[in-house]
Amino acid sequence: MKADEVPQDNSSTYAGHKKLLYAQGRDGQYQGVQSSGWEVESSATRDAVAQFEQWASEARVQVEAGTKSPLYFHMYDCRMDLPLLCQLTGFWRWRVKRHFEPARFARLSNKVLARYADAMDRTIEEIKTLPEKPQ
Amino acid sequence: MSFTHQQSAHCESGVISSLLTHQGLPLSEPMAFGLANALAFAYIPIVKLGGQPLIAYRLPPRAIIKGLCKRLGVGVKFHAFKDPMTAANALDDLVERKTLVGLQTSVYYLPYFPEEMRFHFNAHNLLVYGKRDGLYQISDPVFEEAMEIAPRDLNKARFVRGPLAPKGLMYTIESAPQHIDYPSVIRAAIGKNIKVMTGAPLPVIGLRGIHYLAKKIDRLSGSEKDKRLYLGHIVRMQEEIGTGGAGFRFVYASFLQEAAGILGDGALADASQTMTDAGDVWREFSVAVAKQCKRSEPIDLAALSAKLRDCAQSERPVWDQLKAWHKRR
Repeated sequence: MKADEVPQDNSSTYAGHKKLLYAQGRDGQYQGVQSSGWEVESSATRDAVAQFEQWASEARVQVEAGTKSPLYFHMYDCRMDLPLLCQLTGFWRWRVKRHFEPARFARLSNKVLARYADAMDRTIEEIKTLPEKPQ
Repeated sequence: MSFTHQQSAHCESGVISSLLTHQGLPLSEPMAFGLANALAFAYIPIVKLGGQPLIAYRLPPRAIIKGLCKRLGVGVKFHAFKDPMTAANALDDLVERKTLVGLQTSVYYLPYFPEEMRFHFNAHNLLVYGKRDGLYQISDPVFEEAMEIAPRDLNKARFVRGPLAPKGLMYTIESAPQHIDYPSVIRAAIGKNIKVMTGAPLPVIGLRGIHYLAKKIDRLSGSEKDKRLYLGHIVRMQEEIGTGGAGFRFVYASFLQEAAGILGDGALADASQTMTDAGDVWREFSVAVAKQCKRSEPIDLAALSAKLRDCAQSERPVWDQLKAWHKRR
């Protein structure tokens, strides 16, 4: 890649930051060149973010319908899935799945809730409820 | 402490390059990357990231720092912790003594990261070089500028459970050699890298791994959306933050060029150019994926797998050239 071919697409995923790439100058010498984004990369990143957003909004519907606990929504909202949530909390998979049941979730001790809150970097009060829909 | 922040392409090679330079052993990022024989390819379906298989273009986390320091004879001290409080105190002690400290952290809990880039990746490296007004002054190698972070956020990012859990890992340089015996370390590093890329006993590693992934693409099933996410995942692993472009191929080409200059060896300069060309093919692969995913027609998997095989084909001569060079030296 030549230095003047380094993409400068001002991608939203970089949030105004620039990252460093290595590219060849006119004389063929390598140099670090800052890039403000590349649409090819950025659309893949946005796709991955959108996947979690979609899971979260589907989860919201189920929580509102009373078939899942708020924990289920917060998992996806924090860009996690079931295997990752298990790893981040150290709970067994079957246990986490049971905590997705609203009745069981409501009975959980603060000690258990704190493990979830910790992994999600949210307060216990926050994970007990469903946040307002972002506008 | 007088410390100059230096932006890098990749966090781990950037951190170790800054640490050694600060210690009086100037080393560029590509040189650190190359001397750690860090270039690789691995497709590891049993490790899943957000439901997608692990695809790596470099050695696993911590291998760069460990490999480089061993090769150069640098004394590096790693310290992991069980208790967050002890870890925070140990960090404060070092900061007070004006020591430059490397830390392993999780990207998700670093507030200064762009929102759309905050995924659960536990092996991000950064440096702490001071504390001012209760905030840690940090040098995150993938950012343009030095950053500041609240102790609460940093402690959080250091103590995350899960895959590659950092366990508060911090590291400092204990001793560094006065000079580097470049001819011998360059030869050893390139020799090892040839083995990783062409001689691994598993079909999912090295050039064979690229062909293996191409076969997977051919056989991809599921909805168009599933396919798009799978292909997008490959592109993200290859291009997203910390790769220097084309899955580290340009970083390695830059290393080969620097090595050619130091040793006055034209063969390495040729290999650098071949690697650059291979990197360009990798970028073309990313562009092809993006194009295919944007169209309304079904994704042409055969075209994409063919492009991926092109990547392996164009990288093959680099390793052949390096093999010949390695034998001669």
